[in-house]
Amino acid sequence: MTVSLLWTDMMIWGLILALLAWGRLIGRSAQVRKQWLQVFESKVAMVAALVLLIYVLIALLDSVHFAQNSQASQSFLDALFSHLAHSAERTYSAPFATVEYNRSMQILPNGEVAQLYLPLVHVDAGASVLNHSLLALGLGALIGMLLIAVHLWWRSRQHALDFKVYAGKVWRNQTRLPWRTAYIALLVIVLFFSWLYVLSFSYHVLGTDKVGGDVLYESLKSIRTGVLIGVLTTLVMLPVSLILGISAGLFKGWVDDVIQYLYTTLNSIPGVLLIAAAVLVMQVIMNNNPDWFSTTEERADVRLLFLILILGMTSWTGLCRLLRAETLKISQIEFVAAARAFGVSRFKIIGRHIMPNVMHIVLIAVVLDFSGLVLAEAVLSYVGVGVDPTMHSWGNMINQARLEMAREPMVWWSLFSAFFFMFILVLAANLFSDRVQQVLDPRGHK
Amino acid sequence: MFAYIVRRLLFAVPILIGVNLITFALFFMVNTPDDMARAQLGAKQTTPEMIQAWKVDHGYDKPLFFNTESAGLSKISETLFVEQSLKLFVFDFGQSDSGRQISADIYERMWPSLAIALPTFIIGLVTNIALALLIVLFRGSVLDTATMMVAVAIMSISGLFYIIAGQVLFSKIWHWVPISGYESGWEGLKFLILPVLIGVFAGLGSGIRWYRSLFLEEINKDYVRTARAKGLSEIKVLFAHVLQNGLLPILTGVVVVIPTLFMGSLIMESFFGIPGLGSYTIDAINAQDFSIVKSMVFLGSVLYIIGLILTDISYTYFDPRVRLQ
Amino acid sequence: MQANQPVLEVKNLQVEVEQAALIQNISFEIQAGEIFALVGESGSGKSLTSLAIMRLLPEALQVTDGHILLNQQDLFSLPEHQMQKVRGKQVAMIFQEPMTSLNPVMKVGDQVAEVLRVHLHLSPKKARSRVVELFEEVGIPEADSRYDWYPHQLSGGQKQRVMIAMALACEPDLLIADEPTTALDVTIQAQVLQLLKQIRDARGLSILFITHDMGVVNEMADRVAVMKQGEIVEQAEKAHFFDSPQHPYTRKLLADAVPKRDYRTLKESRTLLQVSNLKVHFPIKKGLFQRTVGYVKAVDGVTLNIRKGQTLALVGESGSGKSTIGQAILKLVNATDGSVEFHDEQLPETDLTQLSERQMKPFRKKVQVIFQDPFSALNPRMTICEIIREGMNSLQVGPKGREAQNQRITQLLEQVGLLAEHKHRYPHEFSGGQRQRIGIARALAVEPQLIICDEPTSALDVSVRAQVLALLDDLQKEYQMSYLFITHDLSIIPAIAHHVAVMQRGKIVEQGEVEEVMGNPQHEYTQQLLNSAPKLVRDAL
Repeated sequence: MTVSLLWTDMMIWGLILALLAWGRLIGRSAQVRKQWLQVFESKVAMVAALVLLIYVLIALLDSVHFAQNSQASQSFLDALFSHLAHSAERTYSAPFATVEYNRSMQILPNGEVAQLYLPLVHVDAGASVLNHSLLALGLGALIGMLLIAVHLWWRSRQHALDFKVYAGKVWRNQTRLPWRTAYIALLVIVLFFSWLYVLSFSYHVLGTDKVGGDVLYESLKSIRTGVLIGVLTTLVMLPVSLILGISAGLFKGWVDDVIQYLYTTLNSIPGVLLIAAAVLVMQVIMNNNPDWFSTTEERADVRLLFLILILGMTSWTGLCRLLRAETLKISQIEFVAAARAFGVSRFKIIGRHIMPNVMHIVLIAVVLDFSGLVLAEAVLSYVGVGVDPTMHSWGNMINQARLEMAREPMVWWSLFSAFFFMFILVLAANLFSDRVQQVLDPRGHK
Repeated sequence: MFAYIVRRLLFAVPILIGVNLITFALFFMVNTPDDMARAQLGAKQTTPEMIQAWKVDHGYDKPLFFNTESAGLSKISETLFVEQSLKLFVFDFGQSDSGRQISADIYERMWPSLAIALPTFIIGLVTNIALALLIVLFRGSVLDTATMMVAVAIMSISGLFYIIAGQVLFSKIWHWVPISGYESGWEGLKFLILPVLIGVFAGLGSGIRWYRSLFLEEINKDYVRTARAKGLSEIKVLFAHVLQNGLLPILTGVVVVIPTLFMGSLIMESFFGIPGLGSYTIDAINAQDFSIVKSMVFLGSVLYIIGLILTDISYTYFDPRVRLQ
Repeated sequence: MQANQPVLEVKNLQVEVEQAALIQNISFEIQAGEIFALVGESGSGKSLTSLAIMRLLPEALQVTDGHILLNQQDLFSLPEHQMQKVRGKQVAMIFQEPMTSLNPVMKVGDQVAEVLRVHLHLSPKKARSRVVELFEEVGIPEADSRYDWYPHQLSGGQKQRVMIAMALACEPDLLIADEPTTALDVTIQAQVLQLLKQIRDARGLSILFITHDMGVVNEMADRVAVMKQGEIVEQAEKAHFFDSPQHPYTRKLLADAVPKRDYRTLKESRTLLQVSNLKVHFPIKKGLFQRTVGYVKAVDGVTLNIRKGQTLALVGESGSGKSTIGQAILKLVNATDGSVEFHDEQLPETDLTQLSERQMKPFRKKVQVIFQDPFSALNPRMTICEIIREGMNSLQVGPKGREAQNQRITQLLEQVGLLAEHKHRYPHEFSGGQRQRIGIARALAVEPQLIICDEPTSALDVSVRAQVLALLDDLQKEYQMSYLFITHDLSIIPAIAHHVAVMQRGKIVEQGEVEEVMGNPQHEYTQQLLNSAPKLVRDAL
């Protein structure tokens, strides 16, 4: 088994490394450290960040691919859930069901034809849900406690405190950051996942879809798509908005005119239409060049990559406009005049005086855009210009399950799972961005 | 004022040329005149001569951007780009791949779009502003906190969920309104209620939050203190002073949308079977009909630019400090 | 009402935020027809006191003790809807910033009429004619047509007149004026003060006058109370107050406020900077194709001469173009015409306005700048150390290497009266005066010969102002430093300048030695400026 990274795998890991490096760099400033501490002083922000971290971790687990054979590769996540990946049923089944959702015609041994609920193949009907749940919760509690203990030990070392003393402080909620809340949240999350995981060996916990695929597995696999679109689009968009926005605001004159023309033109095209047109073109190009990719997986990945590029190229205008306005404002402030009186070059003025003072806008925009992009993926996939139909994504799940609502009785679990996983991610991102905005936006506090 | 509008309209021309350039490039990158001819003539038995004849017939025999055979200005003007663009500028959208007149289709379909989009827009705006004012009046109270929490939850849920849940609850389970469809006239009202309500509700979360922050920003300003020092009640302060000033930044985001209401909503129209421009577009995308997509892009840009000009004009009306030059 | 019955009685007022007292033990009375001045530096709690009387304190602040009686009625016992009937009717208030205190999108007449309609329930028509009368009373010309104007169309002084009309509309018993003239030019200030006095005389109105300016107090007040750190330290009749101040803080305030008449001895000195016929014009663009239809002549043919080791004060009101001259010398804006020559043995004689940014660099070491607003002059994201180091690195002045530079920075900080440990802090951790010192240290770091001081003290309290001026004076003596001191404040000129130039609408109307110009002004505008200054300042000049 050898590692075979997809394009998007490399991008996301590259981004994570870049983020870590950037974090270290700006972490040197006492002011920045203080601000981030302040962000995490909020319990809501702490829990939201924890949830985001879990999503990102799952996405990262799903972004290390190993070649299995020439046709397929497998990620860490696939390996963990291999029992689900290969446990397709024939068709719909409800969560925790042992038989299919609809009757099918069967010829009985005695030659009669009957409508029967066929039993599911990959379900251990004998397994007691209660027993397994208890086992799962016990296991979850153990893992959770272990994680907390490791973290506690590390924190107490940082504070040069005795483990017990520090644990006591956390217990009484006397730490600066709300670690107690974080530990409780972590425990709940770990318990929930271990319960899902253990029971997934015996049942289809969230049911199966039309072609019998396990919904839990699909939902988890969709996390990578959602997170990647949210995160990598920003990576594409950010340099464009930063460079163009700041140049327009600082150099003014014809540079400003050209950049304003560019973003007004792009903005004037209705967003979905521009994306749709670009995606259509992309599809044709990909159809004309089938030799670019050897497997369907790679094909889907390249399509995701293009989609991210397209989304990035169409979404830089908003932030660019904000940055231009802010740069205009800052360049009028006297400390910039002071720097110019010292003969500091334009580029150093940008790096030292403009960039640090617009960073809060960039951060707020990035966190805010993230949730918008996750939601956009679903809509675009519905319109037919989203990710590849073979790729696991919440948008595809919703798109495929939408007609199932018309069935009698309703098949609700696919939709429910997709919306639920998406909702938690977007909610966490929104809550976190609220807090970031509250702390970083100078207008927020007087 | 007049000079201003003329100047803005002149500025619109390069923007529309830019838009055309983008769509044109996208369009011909994948769909050369040869491809079009082949598709139109049928896949089999097309000879180069037939293709050439078709291109001449349909005016696709000119070079894309630069005509080396012509002289002077017509080096540029006698090209596909200029000719195609000029057609768009007089709103001659030509034929769709299925052979229908796009202009006629657009005219016919924009009314259903408007029937959904306009009520959604107006009811949404009024509800958002009213609720935002209400919680600004009770700022810092439990009502404020609770509304903000609900607002975050509302905006964290995918719009698709509201549509699906709304259809299941109101149409399938309770049978209050038909699940989808459209009729013109008052009869059609029953088809409109659900999409409009869902549209309004889906926008509530972000709307309330935005308007609330705008009003809160105003409420700490000096002139509000003056108004209070005059002895006005808090409600009068909000309605007579804060609302008026808070509306100014709202104009920027709101007026620009008004012309684009004609374009309809892709998602709403396709879920509710409304024969508007939104579902027209989505059908075109699914059928990969470039002519329609291109026309819609152009139309959208024109409407957006009209929106920008309207925004500026509305400022002269609402903000005495702005005088257009 | 009996004559000895006070209009306003404040008893033992205390306001807290999160259990920390912001003002305490505030007690005073205001009699009918009396102007009572509440004086103090920024943060002394004088504005809080006025807001407490109006019951308009920000939500986080709470009155924890005391009573306020208005005509014997306890204001704190009134429910909010009753209090609304008091505001604007019995007590009215005008604020410091006329620019922002009026609703920008409402006609000024309507804003005044609103008070009449709320409290007196006048019909729109009656309200309008009453407003026009009020406008005439407060001296707004063409009152009838001004009714339909919007705030941005009025000048600062006229806006403050509108505020006064609004306050007078319901004939209140008490007018609270919170620094009503601080944001105005000195000539306008004199007019507004005159108006307030007239109104008091005509109507027998009581005024609570809040200010930081002893000159204004001297002009206006019948009685004075001085506030310091949330408490009243001294309260007296005006004559008594100015003749024999009791509290040491009051004495210091007075000493700092009165200009010192120790004119600088003029020594022969060579010219350091020669500005000749400088013009800075900004184009006005109009019409369909944005053609240039005219120019704003911000600076229009100015000739100045700054001598080595001496200070030239450039005086003018807002919009006179005085700051633009400073920016043009520094090439922060481009000069349209004229020349700026810097004379230094080591550098070639050239016209600075013609130099490229690269050629300008050696001159940037010689000419530095400090700004008016100490809050915006320092990048909030940089430590003090980084701020001071920036110029040293960019212009290659002073020691190389981090350690040596750090030592130099420590030395500079100590020189301007700060501590070495301040190096790693951020600007927001300092007070206004301290930030101004940081700004001076930053300029000093490149060892300049000329510092352009653009209103460096106008955002500071008088006591801090005196300290900063003393620091600049010391540096001049020590390094033979020259200053171009841009200011609107006549009172500081004798103490700092050798020469003075008076500027009006882009032109120098009069210049010469300080004693000459101040003692015997020739130009009409200079005379008007001097006559507008409060008596306290005028007498001392």
